[in-house]
Order: sequence, then C-alpha cells, then structure tokens
Amino acid sequence: MSGTYLGMPAFPKAAHEAVHDATLRGNLRHATHTIRAKRAKAVAEVSDWDALREAGKRIKDHTLRHLDRYLVQLEASVTAAGGTVHWAADADEANRIVADLVRATGESEVVKVKSMTTQEIGLNEALEAEGIRAYETDLAELIVQLGRDRPSHILVPAIHRNRGEIRDIFRKEMSEWGRPAPEGLTDTPAELAEAARLHLREKFLRAKVGISGANFMVAETGTLVVVESEGNGRMCLTLPETLISVVGIEKILPTWQDLEVFLQTLPRSSTAERMNPYTTMWTGTTDGDGPSTFHLVLLDNGRTDTLADEVGRQALRCIRCSACLNVCPVYERAGGHAYGSVYPGPIGAILSPQLRGVTSEIDASLPYASSLCGACYEVCPVAIDIPEVLVHLRERVVEGGQVTSNGNKVVLKPAKGHAAERAAMRAARWAFSRPGALRAGQRLVSRSRRLHPRSLPGPGKAWSGTRDLPAVPKEPFRDWWQRTNGGMDGKGAAK
Amino acid sequence: MRVALFLTCVNDTLYPDTGRAVVKLLTRLGVEVDFPMAQTCCGQAHYNTGYRHEAEPLARHFSDVFGEYEAIVTPSGSCGAMVRELYPRMGERARAEGRGNSLATTLAPVVPKTYELTEFLVDVLGVTDVGAYYPHKVTYHPTCHGLRGLGLGDRPRRLLQAVKGLELAELPGAEECCGFGGTFALKNSDVSAAMGADKVRNAASTGAEVLCAADNSCLMHIGGTMARLSTGMRPVHIAEILASTEEEPAV
Repeated sequence: MSGTYLGMPAFPKAAHEAVHDATLRGNLRHATHTIRAKRAKAVAEVSDWDALREAGKRIKDHTLRHLDRYLVQLEASVTAAGGTVHWAADADEANRIVADLVRATGESEVVKVKSMTTQEIGLNEALEAEGIRAYETDLAELIVQLGRDRPSHILVPAIHRNRGEIRDIFRKEMSEWGRPAPEGLTDTPAELAEAARLHLREKFLRAKVGISGANFMVAETGTLVVVESEGNGRMCLTLPETLISVVGIEKILPTWQDLEVFLQTLPRSSTAERMNPYTTMWTGTTDGDGPSTFHLVLLDNGRTDTLADEVGRQALRCIRCSACLNVCPVYERAGGHAYGSVYPGPIGAILSPQLRGVTSEIDASLPYASSLCGACYEVCPVAIDIPEVLVHLRERVVEGGQVTSNGNKVVLKPAKGHAAERAAMRAARWAFSRPGALRAGQRLVSRSRRLHPRSLPGPGKAWSGTRDLPAVPKEPFRDWWQRTNGGMDGKGAAK
Repeated sequence: MRVALFLTCVNDTLYPDTGRAVVKLLTRLGVEVDFPMAQTCCGQAHYNTGYRHEAEPLARHFSDVFGEYEAIVTPSGSCGAMVRELYPRMGERARAEGRGNSLATTLAPVVPKTYELTEFLVDVLGVTDVGAYYPHKVTYHPTCHGLRGLGLGDRPRRLLQAVKGLELAELPGAEECCGFGGTFALKNSDVSAAMGADKVRNAASTGAEVLCAADNSCLMHIGGTMARLSTGMRPVHIAEILASTEEEPAV
C-alpha cells in the first residue's frame, strides 16, 4: 500500500490526540450519528434485507472461490468490448502502468473519480513524481486535496472537517489549483457546493484523461460500474478521450443479474439512500459515445495473499459502503487518521493488516483497535464477521504462525512487545487450570484489600487514570458458598 | 430442577453479592442451585486477546466441570457468549488446524445448555415477574455480547418492568458499547475512557439512581467511571435487583 502512511505511530498513540480534540470529536459525533440513524431507517424499509445480505455474502464468496476463472473471463469480455486489460501485482506496478499510459497520451494532467484503490496505491503522489497532476473531483476528495490533508473516511473523506473549515480551505487554496473561490464565500452548503462546481467545471471541460476505480466489474459482459452521488464521477467517466480504471481483483461479480443485490444494499448501507443519484456503467468503448480509449488495470496488492487465509478472506467481500465506520464507537472517538491507512474503521482494522502484513507498529496495533462490540458485523451488508477476523489477527500478532506473503507460505514470528502479556496469559491459564491456585490468589486479594491503593502504578494507570478500581470484597463467593453451605446454613438462602 | 451456577472468575473474585443474588433468586423460584467448586474461568480474556491456544485447556476444564449438569446458568452475557458462540468456533479451528475432532467433541455438550441468567428465567423457567421489589429509578444498559452475541433482546427489560416499585428510564444510545472490551480497556485506554464517559453522561441524563446491566465486567468499567465523574449514580447487576424483595430489599 501507499508509502504515505509509513511511520505512523501505533493506533492508541494516534487515537490519544484525536480523543482530546474537541472540534474533531464534535464533527465526527455529529456526522456518524446522523448517517447511522438514516441508514437504520433506510434498511428497515426493506422487508427482505436479511435475504439480500445473505445473497450478497454468497455471491461474493462464490466469486472469490472461483476468482481465477472469473478474472480470465473478465479480461476476455473487456478486450472483446474494445478495452485493454493490464495486470498489476502491487502498488508500484499499478502506478507505473498508469503513469506510462498517461504519458503516452501526451497529457500532463488528469481528472479523477473518487477511488479508494488509487488512494491505496498512492497514485496521485506517484503521478506527481512523473510530472503529472491529478485533480480530485469528488467534493470531499477535493477538500482533502486542497487542504493537503489525508482522507479519514471511506465514503466521506472530509468527515473530520466542518463547514467553517471547508470555507477557509476553499478561500485559501482554490486559487493555487485553478479557479479561485468566489469573493465573500460563506459556509452555507449551497455556496460551498457552487464554489466547488465552478472550480471543477473548467477541469472537466479541459481534461483529456480520466482515472477511476470501480464498485463492480461484471465478468460475463465486461461492464464496469461506478456508483456515486454528485455526478462529478459521471463527468470524468464520459468527457475525456482516455479512461483508465484501477480496480482491485476482488471487485468482480459473475453476472449482470448479480448487480440487483448490491445496487440495493450499497446505497442504503452507505449514504442511506434508496437509490444513489448516479450509476455509471460502461462496457469497453463505443464510437462517438464517451472515451475512445479504455484501459483496465487489475490490482492484486495483497489480495491473493488475503484470499489464502481461511478466516481473514471474508474481508475481501467488502463493497466499501462505510456502514461499519459510521456505527463504530471507536472510529467515532479516534477518527479515521488514527488507523494509518486509507481504509479506516473496523474494515480497515482487518483489511490493512492483511494487505500490508502485521510487521509495522501501526498494522500490529490495528487488530486491537476494537472493543469487539459487534456493531460493525450487525450492519455489514455482506456479513463480514469483523470481530472474528480481529481476534484471528490478534492471534497472528501474538502467536505468529503461517501466513501467505507474495504467494509464498511463510512462518511469521510473534510480534515484539507482547512478552509480558504472553507471560501473564500463560500464568493465568496455569492458575485457572487449578481451582486451588485460583482460590489462593483470590484469598490473597481479599485479605490484603485494605492495603490496595486507589490508583495503580505503571501499566495499571491505563485503568486507574480515568476509572476507580472496584472495591475488593472480604471473601470471594466460593469461600462464602463453602462456609454457609450455599447459603442454606442458618437462615435459608443468601443474605 | 437442578442447575449449575457458572459464576465466572470476575464475579467470584470481585462481585460475590451477584453470586449470592443469583442463588437467592433461583432458590426462590424453586430451582436447586449447585456451585461446582472446581470452576475457574471460561477463557474469554485469553481468546479475545489472541491467545486461543491458551484458552483451549480452560474450555476443556469448563466442559469437565459442567458437562454433567442439566443446565448451566451464568450472570454474564459475555461469558455466556464465549461458551455458546466461541466454543464451537474453537472446535472448528482446531479441526482446521489438523488436530481432529477432540476439542469440538469435548466442548459440544456444554454449548446448548449454557444460559445467561435472563434467558434462563424467561425461556426455561417461563417467568418475567420474579416477585421482586426494588423501589428505585433504574436505567438499563444492554451489554454488547448479551445484546448482539446472545441476542437477549427485550428479556432483561421485561424482567425489570415486572419488578414492583421499579421505575425504568430509557437510556439514550443504549445499544452503544460502554468501552470496556476486556483488554481493550487497557490497550486503548483513551478511547475506552471516552466511550465510558459518554455512556455515563447518557445514563446521568436519565435522572436514574442506578444503572443496571447483566454483566459485571462492563459495570466495573461504567461504575469506575461514574465514581471518577462523581455522578452520584451506582452500577447494580440485574441479578441483585431481581433478587431483592420487600422482606429483604437490596440497596
């Protein structure tokens, strides 16, 4: 994945700052609670939601199981329809292919449709290094790009910004990139949208090359699908002469009919809309209609390795709806940047450590960025059991073991920094396997209770810094049970 | 009916009152309760922190201790979910690792007969009015593993609504996690504390004296936060409310 995030601190450290940033907390709380409530309403309207969810899960699992076959079928369909298919094993290869394709057109600027995959590979930075300027045209991505910022949400990349901050960014930065913000721009949504519309319009009309990702690719027809709200994507997909789409290999659906499931579940899960305003579909090229040249770059970048893992592979079902982010209590407090990846929130916490491995500090900390409350699993429209995968990845961090890396089976060592925890877990297992040892420990805790401090030193501060410790009772239950014969001695049942 | 009380290691060590309340309540309802002295810990903390292999001997031990009983009752949503949801998964994983069916077979008998307390009352005993008396204003927090893991639904609320004298106040954002999450509370203490503070603020906004839940580990976190924020509220396990009567009222 992109080098942009290398050297990120571990999640708890990054989250520390976000938790204490009152503006950010307010922005995130307002935004996630609003969309959370709207989604719940939009989903409740659909009487067969559970069946759609199950169908989505099964279609994705089937496709992933036969991905080898469907990829080849897709390549043949796209080629037959006039497109050219390229295969990229990793981010560097994908970036090189795209840069070469743009350079071959003789252009030095491109317009972009909002795309997670191109964010994942750091395409904008790679193109910049080649002297090619990439303009983000999704409103929120534009805000992020103008603010020299990073996206903090899959669907709403500027969710961490409020209207006042956006107005300031537009006023200050738009002139650097093209048409300046109108004089006296205020923070009313209509004015902000109009400023973006005017700024972007000249780019749409000038651009000769468009770059996109895709929500779905249909193997039987070779059709690509982009689902969006603004129509800016439609501009990029139809006006330029050349269109280059970079898409993860897991985005395939076998048949056109399979779309009926996802075109219902995706908009309701993401924007809480019954149907999204713009659904653009294209199949290769058509004379006199849209781009005359179409390239599809199929990206692996860790996906095949992820597919090799029996528990973790379900993460590849993800359709990037963001419902799990919007419902996540940890995301709401920590914000998207703390996850150190273009994929934040619960899905990011299981996707990044699989696509990138668990060797970096941030990736090894992500599986723990969850209280395992299960709200993400409940809302996921393709039923990814995120808590199950989180626990599985925690195991990979503390125990190591066999994983697939670049197609090879390798044995991972346990991550550093877990030695004390591992020893404590083993000691606890030892004591819990012997009721006598547990009892001795309980009595020690009970009998020394007057000596217990109110706050703990060292690592215990993580608890007692914000929470009182529970009062220790004068005897554990089992001692009471034995002493009173289960409460039956003397006065019948307990107390 | 004779049942085994699986109290959990946290309750046994820190919350014996909850254990006594379960015994009192079930005895009052005509159930014979046994507390197998060999019980220790279900292995949830190990499993959820990534030490599945360390949790396996504890799960086997659990099965040895409780396997013979007709029913196993626990006053903990998360430990109940550990047995019901995750023991079968542990068996499957062991099989997938080429270690045969032994773990799955050992654990299978305890899975279907383990009940969280409110499930046991409503589903097995078929009661919602347990004859309790608790003249206090109470708000109820559905803990995550009970709510989403076991699917307790409205069982705890129905039990509380039938308690004489009890005024039940709606908790805003009830289904949001309190931020405990086991070792999460330590590993991500800033986020955990922020979640806890929001939960406590929501609870305080109801004007209730008591926040009730069916899991003492969550209550340890919520109660510790309440004390630190000086809300004047207190955490009480649902078993203690349901055990309380006019003759022997709990506070």
